[in-house]
Amino acid sequence: MTTQPEAQGGQPGAGARHGLRIFLIWIILTLAADLIIWFVWKPHMPPGDMSDAARHQQFDIAVLAVSGAPVIIGVLVYFVYSIVVFRARPGDESDGEPIYGNTKIAVGWIIGTTVIVMWLFVFGTVELVVPAGAGAGEGPAPIWKLAGTTSRTWTPNTNTMLEVQVIGQQWAFTYRYPQFGGMESSELMLPVNTPVTFHVTSLDVIHSFWAYQLGVKADANPQVDNVAYVTPKTLGSVTVRCNELCGIWHGAMYNFGHVVAQTAFQSWASGVQAKEQADGVLAALPPYAYAYDPTVVPQLGANLPKIDGITGAAGYYYPPSDPVTP
Amino acid sequence: MSVTARAASLLVAFLLVAGLVIFVTLYYVRGVSSLPTVHYAASGGQVNVVLQEDPQNDSSSKPDWVSYYVQDPATSKWVHTTLFSVPANTRVNVTLYGYDGCTPLRNNYFSQVQGTIGNTVTLSQFDQHGKEYVSEHTTSVIDSWSDCNVGHTFAIPALGVYVPVASPNAPLSANNLCSESPCVTEGNPYALEKFSFMTPDHVGVFRWQCLVPCGGGYLDGNSGPMQTLGYMMGEMDVVSS
Repeated sequence: MTTQPEAQGGQPGAGARHGLRIFLIWIILTLAADLIIWFVWKPHMPPGDMSDAARHQQFDIAVLAVSGAPVIIGVLVYFVYSIVVFRARPGDESDGEPIYGNTKIAVGWIIGTTVIVMWLFVFGTVELVVPAGAGAGEGPAPIWKLAGTTSRTWTPNTNTMLEVQVIGQQWAFTYRYPQFGGMESSELMLPVNTPVTFHVTSLDVIHSFWAYQLGVKADANPQVDNVAYVTPKTLGSVTVRCNELCGIWHGAMYNFGHVVAQTAFQSWASGVQAKEQADGVLAALPPYAYAYDPTVVPQLGANLPKIDGITGAAGYYYPPSDPVTP
Repeated sequence: MSVTARAASLLVAFLLVAGLVIFVTLYYVRGVSSLPTVHYAASGGQVNVVLQEDPQNDSSSKPDWVSYYVQDPATSKWVHTTLFSVPANTRVNVTLYGYDGCTPLRNNYFSQVQGTIGNTVTLSQFDQHGKEYVSEHTTSVIDSWSDCNVGHTFAIPALGVYVPVASPNAPLSANNLCSESPCVTEGNPYALEKFSFMTPDHVGVFRWQCLVPCGGGYLDGNSGPMQTLGYMMGEMDVVSS
């Protein structure tokens, strides 16, 4: 334990010794914390490593934790060291030593915080650009596109981009596959190791498509095509939740998806397409489009509220202008 | 202000906030639980659930809201609720009377019958005189955009069950709908649907809902009866068998 004059920096060199001690404690704890974060915690960090976007997000969270640990540990070490070493002794009612005008501390603080902020800015930007938007919705005209061949059809092992439209309504998600005749499904199926383009939209209020394990989250806005990219990397199940408060049953708006082998996906998609073709479902669906006006039946080319014959007197179709008041 | 006074003020403020939270919670729980639950017991591994959907209801607060009713198997009386319980791992045979008029689906994909045994329903339709103009037609699609024929849906999303519920045809929907709930078959046009599905092998509460925007007077037809338990939103409680 230091003596009182040393603790208050009263002797020449006392400040340097305190600084060295704090630095040594800090560097040891920081190394230990960062090693634990990287090698023990990172593999279990959300959202996992099921897709390229998810892997990047897991990497991002780990890097931010490794970057933040030295700062947090530095604050805590200085805090505890001060309480233990610089505490007031009984009978000591003197003020602390003024530290105005310490150029080293001021410059060190400015440089340190600038480095941290610039590092976060550069790292965040790179991690947004490199993984093609990082699984987030980029709007109808995405800036960062995922590499892959575009085609009107999809076949396994060709690196062809699979297009999947996500349609939200209160309180269910459905999925359309334009490369399979525009067939629609209430479950999300994706092929592994395939670049996927999600086109996310809504038929009523604002929802948000959140495929948790895939690291994909994109708002579903009515009349808007919100594009997000992902490449599933491992087989398994995906939980899809709505992530935008969309009404009283928002919490119940979820379903599940599966990442399957490419051949299994083609078999499933072709099977659903054939069944919906045979049952007349495909004919009953509107032609595939990036967004839909739910008050229009494209097959009839007319506005739903004005169509006689499919809306009874007591079964009027309520248009967007219908008043809120009951 | 003294330390004692400040501590007392803090304690009073805390108790007020805690009391408010407890009151709101109890009020909400009591409000939800006041809806009756109709219990169905299995016989031979099956239960027969009987439902109807009406253009109105017999409540005093929201009589103009469209609404489901559940038939009590013990008394055969219609109960104004959307809560019912069925055993796990059991075949549920649903008989559904559709008295309300037609409204097109927002997403016509739900014209497709899904999750029922065989992915089909058997549909009959009757006019107000009891004449059967569609007789036990088994189908996997009731296209809500091709004709006046879908009033609502019965959907349990967590089980993948999506059933379009048929309505009386256009002239009947326009002129002769049942006007007093719970509706009866005599003197009213209606659609009669029968379908079956399996309950899961585990217990749990499964939300069921209508996917037709049928909340008249609300923006886009959402809200109102669409989201309210006891009207077009319900819960199926799967209990141990």
